[in-house]
Amino acid sequence: MSAAIGAGELQVEEQRPKGSPEDSARAVGRRRATPYLLLLPGMAWLIVFFVLPMLTLLGTSTQTRPPGAEIGVYEQTFRFANYPEAINEYLAVFARSFGYALIATVAALVISYPLAYAIAFKAGRWKNLLLVAVVAPFFVSFLLRTIAWKQILADEGWVVSALKALHILGPQDHIINSAPAVVIGITYNFLPFMILPIYASIERVDSRIMEAAADLYANVFTAMRRVMFPLSLPGVVAGTLLTFIPAAGDYVNAFLLGNRNTTMIGNVIDSRFLVVVDYPTAAVLSVTLMAAILFLVFFYIRRAGTEELV
Amino acid sequence: MAGTPKPGGQDLRLEDVTKRFGTFVAVDNLSLTIPSGSFFALLGPSGCGKTTTLRMVAGLEEPTEGVIWIGDEDVTHTKPYKRPVNTVFQNYALFPHLDIFENIAFGLRRRGSKSVKGEVEAALELVELSGMARRKPAQLSGGQQQRVALARAIVNRPAVLLLDEPLGALDLKLRRQMQIELKRIQTEVGLTFIHVTHDQEEAMTMADTIAVMNAGQVEQMGSPGELYEAPNTTFVANFLGQSNLVRASVSGTDGDHLVLDLHGEKLSMPASRRTSGTDDLLIGIRPEKIQLAPAGEPGSSRDRNVLPGGVVSDASFTGVSTQYLVRMPWGQELMVFVQNLGTGGVLRPGTQVDLHWNPEHTFALDGSGDVNAGVERIEGSPVGVG
Repeated sequence: MSAAIGAGELQVEEQRPKGSPEDSARAVGRRRATPYLLLLPGMAWLIVFFVLPMLTLLGTSTQTRPPGAEIGVYEQTFRFANYPEAINEYLAVFARSFGYALIATVAALVISYPLAYAIAFKAGRWKNLLLVAVVAPFFVSFLLRTIAWKQILADEGWVVSALKALHILGPQDHIINSAPAVVIGITYNFLPFMILPIYASIERVDSRIMEAAADLYANVFTAMRRVMFPLSLPGVVAGTLLTFIPAAGDYVNAFLLGNRNTTMIGNVIDSRFLVVVDYPTAAVLSVTLMAAILFLVFFYIRRAGTEELV
Repeated sequence: MAGTPKPGGQDLRLEDVTKRFGTFVAVDNLSLTIPSGSFFALLGPSGCGKTTTLRMVAGLEEPTEGVIWIGDEDVTHTKPYKRPVNTVFQNYALFPHLDIFENIAFGLRRRGSKSVKGEVEAALELVELSGMARRKPAQLSGGQQQRVALARAIVNRPAVLLLDEPLGALDLKLRRQMQIELKRIQTEVGLTFIHVTHDQEEAMTMADTIAVMNAGQVEQMGSPGELYEAPNTTFVANFLGQSNLVRASVSGTDGDHLVLDLHGEKLSMPASRRTSGTDDLLIGIRPEKIQLAPAGEPGSSRDRNVLPGGVVSDASFTGVSTQYLVRMPWGQELMVFVQNLGTGGVLRPGTQVDLHWNPEHTFALDGSGDVNAGVERIEGSPVGVG
């Protein structure tokens, strides 16, 4: 931005000796308009594809079905009671969704942090290869990858057999179609969104700072906790948000890897919109989910205090 | 303080220490004893192994062979966080997320000191940064960051304090000021300082003892004066200051003096200053020890060594002195620094001159040495890890 403005100024300077005062005034006017012109395509896009749909969604959420109308026909009655009704009905599902998303986010963080640290500082010439490996799953469709987990966690799969052989699972136990399977699926699917920002943050930290910590009597764990972790906090915050937000709204993992009792809010919205054709309830749940996530994220970022960090 | 070494630090001993990275020998069978309380400099060009040596003492590298002692304790394989050693890193490596106070308190807190506040404040006072305790490192200038790095290390009263090119990132004026400052602080706290640098002036200003390193080995060790006045190798002669090195041979003795034949001229030097047994020598004279006299005129009575037939080929006036290049009859150009005493002007290029100097100022090196070893590249050229 500053470079663009600098170039503009330069042009004005060059023109001034030649042109009349009006010319230079026009040049200044053009310069002022430039940022707005540059913003225009993006703003137009946002208005058409974000603001208008949001307003439609908000509008739909207070509609009701007129008596005797056909299925799928609703009219605007500004019935705000739609909200408490739907939220009450699906409170448990909301709680479950956030619960799964939270567990999956923590699990992803625990897996990603050491991995990102190892890639950044210990991988040497394998660094790029490992980064490619982190991103590689994106070359396969999200659905296919989740279906693959169906097989991995299936009763006759090697994971279950191995756990049974080790007597961690009883002979009648399953993993597939259970809450753990859903959480495993979510954790797996959003892992790269956790690893990459954390990696980017850790990689920026001067490795000598860890040496300095060791030199100042900090063992590896203290150095990680007191120095590396605080310095990589921006990446941790970004990664947890990038994992938690889509995880809370996810419905694919619960659909493919769960059972009737692991339904997440995304599944309810999906079926309300597309199966039951209950648009107002679906809209209420969507708006509520969004508001809840915004609320949580707001307090999370305030607590993490990222603006304090370098 | 928990685990505080006795004041004044402890001796540091390296015994036959070798460090190899793959096939590259960074430090080659190095043995050193650094007495407690001394200001010791490891001086050498980049890649000479000085930083590797320092990192081995700090515990950041493990020697391939050899033993490192601090006092009576073998610390060769001790983890860095368990050593009574602290380092001032080349780029300071301050913790950017902690303020100055917490940066300095870091080591004290790790060791569970009971008087963190008082000690940090004393350290801040020592480096004259008392008002800066609550600032972040990024808000300080380079010189101030350097002081924080120093305070952060000193506050722990280590047995040995390591300084890795501590002034490398500062500009010349600040560097001079910090040299004096560092020396003052070292005298004040009385710790053993080991200072790694490629800057010979910095080493000579601060250190009591300098070890000149080259290719993983110590070329020569001694006080700055000894190294400067009586270098043992061409590397030391060229790396510390500048030297004129001229081939000569021993043609006889005259009492306690050697008689030398230098391109046909008879010269003398004290036999005690000869460091090589061979008769084939490289004679060294520092440029500032030589006097120029117009051809044929006698010089001062002390300066009994005379080389006639020089022609001034270049003269540059630097204020403090005039630096001449004088072409000798055998084609070599010798450097002569003449102090600006306000008498006589600058000699013009083309002037015929004789070179006079005191025989006591001559040193003699083994004639098989490389005349260009240790010749410094352009000053201020980028320096990698030594």
